[in-house]
Amino acid sequence: MTAPAIQLKGISKAFGPVQANKDISISVMPGTIHGIIGENGAGKSTLMSILYGFYKADRGEIWIKGNKTQIPDSQAAIAAGIGMVFQHFKLVENFTVLENIILGAEDGRLLRPSLAKARKELAHLAKEYELNIDPDALIENLSVGHQQRVEILKALYRQADILILDEPTGVLTPAEADQLFRILDRLREEGKTIILITHKLREIMDITNTVSVMRRGEMTATVKTAETSPEHLAELMVGRKVLLRVDKKPATPGQTVLEVENLRVTDDKGVERLKGISLSLKAGEILGIAGVAGNGQSELLEVLGGFANGVGTIRMNGQELPLTGKGSNGQARRDAGIAHVPEDRQREGLIMEYSAWENSVFGYHHDPAFQKGMLMDNAGILDKAQEQMDRFDVRPPHPKLAAKNFSGGNQQKIVVAREIERNPDLLLIGQPTRGVDIGAIEFIHQQIVQLRDQGKAILLVSVELDEIMSLSDRIAVMFDGHIMGERVPSQTDEKELGLLMAGITQEPTAEDWQVVDQQFALQEEEHEGENNG
Amino acid sequence: MDYMTLLQLLDSTVRLATPLLLACLAGLYSERAGIFDIGLEGKMLAAAFFSAAFAYTTGSVWIGLLAGIAASLILSAVHGLASITFRGNQLISGVAINFLAAGMTVLVAQNWFKQGGRTPSLIGGARFEPITLPFAEALKDVPVLGPLYYELISGHSILVYIAFALVPLTWWVLFRTRFGLRLRAVGENPAAVDTAGVSVIGLRFAAVAICGVLCGIAGAYLATALQAGFVKDMTAGRGFIALAALIFAKWRPWHALGACLLFGLLQAIALRYQNIDLGGIVIPVQVMDALPYILTVVILAGFVGKAIPPRAGGEPYVKER
Repeated sequence: MTAPAIQLKGISKAFGPVQANKDISISVMPGTIHGIIGENGAGKSTLMSILYGFYKADRGEIWIKGNKTQIPDSQAAIAAGIGMVFQHFKLVENFTVLENIILGAEDGRLLRPSLAKARKELAHLAKEYELNIDPDALIENLSVGHQQRVEILKALYRQADILILDEPTGVLTPAEADQLFRILDRLREEGKTIILITHKLREIMDITNTVSVMRRGEMTATVKTAETSPEHLAELMVGRKVLLRVDKKPATPGQTVLEVENLRVTDDKGVERLKGISLSLKAGEILGIAGVAGNGQSELLEVLGGFANGVGTIRMNGQELPLTGKGSNGQARRDAGIAHVPEDRQREGLIMEYSAWENSVFGYHHDPAFQKGMLMDNAGILDKAQEQMDRFDVRPPHPKLAAKNFSGGNQQKIVVAREIERNPDLLLIGQPTRGVDIGAIEFIHQQIVQLRDQGKAILLVSVELDEIMSLSDRIAVMFDGHIMGERVPSQTDEKELGLLMAGITQEPTAEDWQVVDQQFALQEEEHEGENNG
Repeated sequence: MDYMTLLQLLDSTVRLATPLLLACLAGLYSERAGIFDIGLEGKMLAAAFFSAAFAYTTGSVWIGLLAGIAASLILSAVHGLASITFRGNQLISGVAINFLAAGMTVLVAQNWFKQGGRTPSLIGGARFEPITLPFAEALKDVPVLGPLYYELISGHSILVYIAFALVPLTWWVLFRTRFGLRLRAVGENPAAVDTAGVSVIGLRFAAVAICGVLCGIAGAYLATALQAGFVKDMTAGRGFIALAALIFAKWRPWHALGACLLFGLLQAIALRYQNIDLGGIVIPVQVMDALPYILTVVILAGFVGKAIPPRAGGEPYVKER
């Protein structure tokens, strides 16, 4: 019997009073893909950092290929054949691919021979694993998917036969993710051992052989992927039964709340991002805007939310809203009954250094209800924030904690709570569950549906097609600043939407499918600070 | 302006550009590794004083040079300790070094030499003498090229030639060696270097040490070659002009040479044309003296374009989890 590629025995690690890893043991056989799944903060990244020599475990042993191994630093990990692809790439942006690959693994004091050798080796790796990349391209000019490929090549160049990938799809488009999985599949065929850390159930089900579930620093189970189900894994992760599908009744749309006609937006660089958008939204319905990121969805949210100027007509409850000038700012929009959960909660939704209770009134702090004479009623706001946090199950429920100390999901709950509490007529919500763990996704989805059932209008923008499909009552697909078409979720599928997202409206040809792939490959996304945990 | 005047002006440009160039390259190593250094001025000043003091005392300019380098290195070590080891603010550390050097040099000079905060004048072996290059005398009379060789290229101190030779050397080190690759990487993304198993701290200290050595040479040049002895505040903002040149050059060695020559030329013009009579209106000497500094501001504000500093510059490296 072959020895496991990696075996961890009783690994424990504490940061002060926080026990990040508690007596963890796993064993991964060579030539397999092993998934490690768990919510943000479950201790997955800590465990892998121990394996890569970033931290020293308080207790426990690491065995690599049957030998007990000490890993005091990254150098030792590399020597043991471990390569790591971090969630946030460790690449030098203005270096070429080749320079990044040899960095730290040069053969001598002079670069020229190392570069020549790496070029040859890279061509060889490209052939062996179908990892094509231009060795002379600058990293900053590469798409995120290709940058990740460079990280994988870096590990392979260092002779790694154990590859650890930390949330590799967090920054990828669906097509890029598919490509990555094809590469991983290939690597497995060639006998490499892969550890995949993720919080996405679908990835685990798609590609892994075995999976370990972590919860609050402990390994709760290790199972064969073929013998489990997403529902079971979710339950193991969260510690209770989780509804993976959104449970909702059919919509009962009322009066028209929002009407948009021929809306155009031009950005700072003079590029027209919205090229004449028209849509309408009724009370008690959810309109989902699907599309590959960067096709105008952000601009639509911005102009509706009062961040950006535009040309055209927006009517809210029959009243026309100004699109430029003082009456078009965020404050005016809120006064008109529009609440906004922005796409990037860390930049636009919260002030990360401020505490949760302060964040709980941003945008509404001028409200007389929060004032006490000339001053703000801090005690009152604090009480209200506490009550809100309890009701929205924000953990930890400490309003005085700075926003940056909450996990992504809990930050999002703080923002969603703030906006929903104001009882808006229209809720704009962008990427509601980006970087949010599975338990919180369920909760946020429930809140959105509840709001709809109270007769509110909701405009949902998301790049997650699953989310759009399961939440929306109607779906509008955006491409290149236009709305390509509207569909009803029950009468369409991901394929049709995918074509619309690529700007193709007629019957698709084989060429069109290629265009779809290219579209996905071309686009770049930045999820800064996602999944912090 | 006749040919000889032009040559003399350019000759003076080379002399004045040399300390700028040395300091600029010093800053280049440090900043390329991600350590901002506004303490170039202070390091040069300390080196100027100690090189002059030791050269005067021992009578050997070479011992003076070593003393200058040592003084500069000690200040570099302080900067490294503050900004690398203790992850302090690099600007504050640099400012502190400038103040320290400005005060300490005068104080020690007064204590040692009792001449009002200066060193006695250096003579003979206590100064770097101009070197006459081979055949300079013989070729002096060849038209055009002869004077060019004799006036402009020959007749500088050894430190001038070292400074100019450092430009291609620096380029080669940065772009053709393993050390250079890592140095540039650590200034752009130290996490990439760290995960590749290379010591960020070691690289940054190496860069800061090189910076110290070059500032030491620059200071020694001021006190023992350009002038004959140390006077209070003799660097006169050259450390800052070198920083300006570094930004102007966008942290590239050959461009640094060009930028330093430009600033050297401005200083040479100011030195040569003290009072300019423009049809009755005499431009006072103070205006001419201020000109290089004014033009520095103008050039930096108007002509640099987009200068992107090393991305990790000024940020202490903290291993993220």
